[in-house]
Amino acid sequence: MLPVRFLRSLSGRLRAAPLGDTLFQGLCALVAIGVVALLGVITLVLALAAAPAMRAFGFGFLGGTVWNPIAPEEYGAAPFIDGTLVTSALALLLGVPVSIGIAIFLSELAPSWLRIPLTYIVELLAAVPSVVYGLWGLFVLAPVMRDSIEPAIRGALGWLPIFQGTPIGTDKFAAGVILAIMIIPTVSAVSREALLAVPGNQREAALSLGATRWETTRLAVLRYARAGIFGAIVLGLGRAVGETMAVTMMIGNKNSISVSLFDQGQTIASLIANSFAEAGPSSLQLAALIELGLVLMLISLAINVFARLMVGRVLRLGEGAA
Amino acid sequence: MTLKVRTEHLSAWYGAKRGIEDISLDFEEHAVTAIIGPSGCGKSTLIRCMNRLHEVIPKARSEGKVLLDGEDIYALSAVSVRRRIGMVFQKANPFPTMSVYDNVSAGLRLNGVRDRKRLDETVLRSLKHAALWDEVRDSLDAPGVSLSGGQQQRLCIARALAVEPEVLLMDEPCSALDPIATAKIEDLIFDLKKEYTVVVVTHNMQQAARVADYTAFLYLGKLIEVNRTRELFERPAQDLTEKYITGRFG
Amino acid sequence: MKLPKFPNPFRGLPLRFDREGRRLWKDFGMSIAAFVCVVIALVPLGSILIEAAVRGLQAIGPSFFLLDTAYGGIGNAIQGTLILVAFASAISLPVGILTGIYLSEFGKNRFGDAIRFFVDVMTQIPSIVVGIFVYSLILLLSVSGIVSVRLVFSAIAGTIALATIMIPFVARTAEEALRLVSVSTREAALALGIPRHRMILRVVLPTGASGLVTGALLGVARVGGETAPLLMTAYGSGFGFSGLDQPVESLPHTIYTFALSPYTGQNQAAWGASLVLVLMMLMISVFSRLLLRSRYPLGGAGR
Repeated sequence: MLPVRFLRSLSGRLRAAPLGDTLFQGLCALVAIGVVALLGVITLVLALAAAPAMRAFGFGFLGGTVWNPIAPEEYGAAPFIDGTLVTSALALLLGVPVSIGIAIFLSELAPSWLRIPLTYIVELLAAVPSVVYGLWGLFVLAPVMRDSIEPAIRGALGWLPIFQGTPIGTDKFAAGVILAIMIIPTVSAVSREALLAVPGNQREAALSLGATRWETTRLAVLRYARAGIFGAIVLGLGRAVGETMAVTMMIGNKNSISVSLFDQGQTIASLIANSFAEAGPSSLQLAALIELGLVLMLISLAINVFARLMVGRVLRLGEGAA
Repeated sequence: MTLKVRTEHLSAWYGAKRGIEDISLDFEEHAVTAIIGPSGCGKSTLIRCMNRLHEVIPKARSEGKVLLDGEDIYALSAVSVRRRIGMVFQKANPFPTMSVYDNVSAGLRLNGVRDRKRLDETVLRSLKHAALWDEVRDSLDAPGVSLSGGQQQRLCIARALAVEPEVLLMDEPCSALDPIATAKIEDLIFDLKKEYTVVVVTHNMQQAARVADYTAFLYLGKLIEVNRTRELFERPAQDLTEKYITGRFG
Repeated sequence: MKLPKFPNPFRGLPLRFDREGRRLWKDFGMSIAAFVCVVIALVPLGSILIEAAVRGLQAIGPSFFLLDTAYGGIGNAIQGTLILVAFASAISLPVGILTGIYLSEFGKNRFGDAIRFFVDVMTQIPSIVVGIFVYSLILLLSVSGIVSVRLVFSAIAGTIALATIMIPFVARTAEEALRLVSVSTREAALALGIPRHRMILRVVLPTGASGLVTGALLGVARVGGETAPLLMTAYGSGFGFSGLDQPVESLPHTIYTFALSPYTGQNQAAWGASLVLVLMMLMISVFSRLLLRSRYPLGGAGR
């Protein structure tokens, strides 16, 4: 019964469609499929080019702590995965509270004449290219870090192992700070939309119980928008993980793991940026770098897919360059 | 009495939800037929099946026949059917990026007609037919959306007439308009039937009484009754019809 | 414009420190905290703009724009960026828009959802990974003898990298722009007996044009500031454009190399280049906003 009806409607549709329509739809579909196929091509090409390193080191690559391009060559990803995680975690720690504060201000507290211009200005942060952030970081932020902020932290919390060592202004901590600034537009924009999506009656319910504005926000709005805000955070993480230029210029470029945040370090992205051009075209070092790139892509993809599941269609596209 | 359009056991679904059920209705040539009924009774679904706009909606389906001059429209190409059966919508929808002239000539231009003289003639004729010519003759290049609501609707009528259809379907054409604009369009409908076969969906019974030669009453997707307008309103055969007409529901 | 009065949580009543008073103080404190967050975000932005203006202006003069980077100017960098972006757009705008058309006109089914998902995934690939991809692609092709290995550092490589970043972005913005075109406009066109492909090309596309252009501009702004993928594709050069198969300089790359240079003159030039780049970005951003506001309302409202 059902297949007969389906076939009848299908044949009706096919019979009725003019040739031009079918051709056009076919063309658009072909292009769209081609674009998606490109994703597969990217993965395939990276895997093929990384194959020599994958064969040489296997899964131990992920845990290896030595990165030595000089014979005997040995490549391990651990220092860079660590660098990426540490700087990203720091970026979230510093950037997320500020972003949520901005989101709350813009959605709940700001007078209406201020809302749109201020939102636009915060978005401008996303329009600044990564390399300009790096330049500013090198010449403006780093001296401030070195001369004021990091010594102050060391003075207060220097007994903690993560704050040991002499700060020179370009280290994992500084890289984390600049990443925090760079993820603010993303996290605050998505959080703001999550907050705006909370229906008005939730706020009214809280207010009618005599809650103050902050209590309303905390009880009714933030709780309701939890999933969206969580998604915003994960999106910010995805952005931080892939950031390259600003991090390269702020992190000090040392290929080893260390505990202190005031030490130099290296993220996956910054290592690739630094070493890629020097690595010989058919060298093992190149293959190892490409394998790292593959790892980075998979990490970033996993984070972003996870974020999408949380946020749904509230995705921001106006991101700056890396 | 010549029948221009006939539906035979026409049913239509949106996915699993049925819109109309087993409707067999005749539409006389050069006459105005009104379709009345409460909201959701399937009036719009019915006429959208008649110009094959129903099938554009995803998961929409229909069964039964619609005959135009005896030919099943589902055996013809949708594009040619829609040129012979035109439609005017509830809310006037002139193309937002086109001028008055371009709107009216859109049907022709988008089908490849480039001859300026022919386009000019068509625009003139259609705007006159739609009783809009005198109001826009000096502002043909103004954006279509800069006209008033009633003018925009007449613009849409002119646009529909420009492709020289045989049948004109009108889906609640006056529901978004003020009484004066409504009156102008009702006069227009009365004139249009000389050259076209007109089907008007309306929720306004007085309007049906004013302009229609025949009236069909739909309820919950089924055709309850159809008759000459006067007969239907003065001597309804069905109980349901009488209830609707006297305002006991809907 | 009246300035807002300094908020008094107790609204004229005497200050209290009992339980209810503490709630009101806390509310006040939180409002201040939220405001401080905004200030925290604005400080770096302001600093970047100010420093770029102050330090950058010192470096700028007519020779700055005319000389090549080998001589301390940025003429070849601006030229390189324009060339790379132009070629990348030539590839990605048609491909992206056609994909966007597919998603908005034909993609409201499960297959379209899958495509949309993967296109979204592609917008999130780190740009440095795209750079490695293009490098690896050319390397693999050269090993099989199809192309010369020299092409790894070339304008073509840079163009492919930027296009790969731009295409999914343009596809999504195009889809959003076309979705804004009302169903009513499409139905009106169909009801006139116009075949679907012509409806899309001659009615939907022009109606959604301002959104499409905005999306294209944003895509251009996005790739115009990219450095990472160009490090291993376009590579960079001290001189002007010398062929698609040769390395080419770009503005962001110039900023990078000048910033890391030991010479303060070049450091200052980096600021000048940044000022130019940021101004270009701002202009595009402002222009696309104006464009969005000036077009016909899409729904066709009356007078």
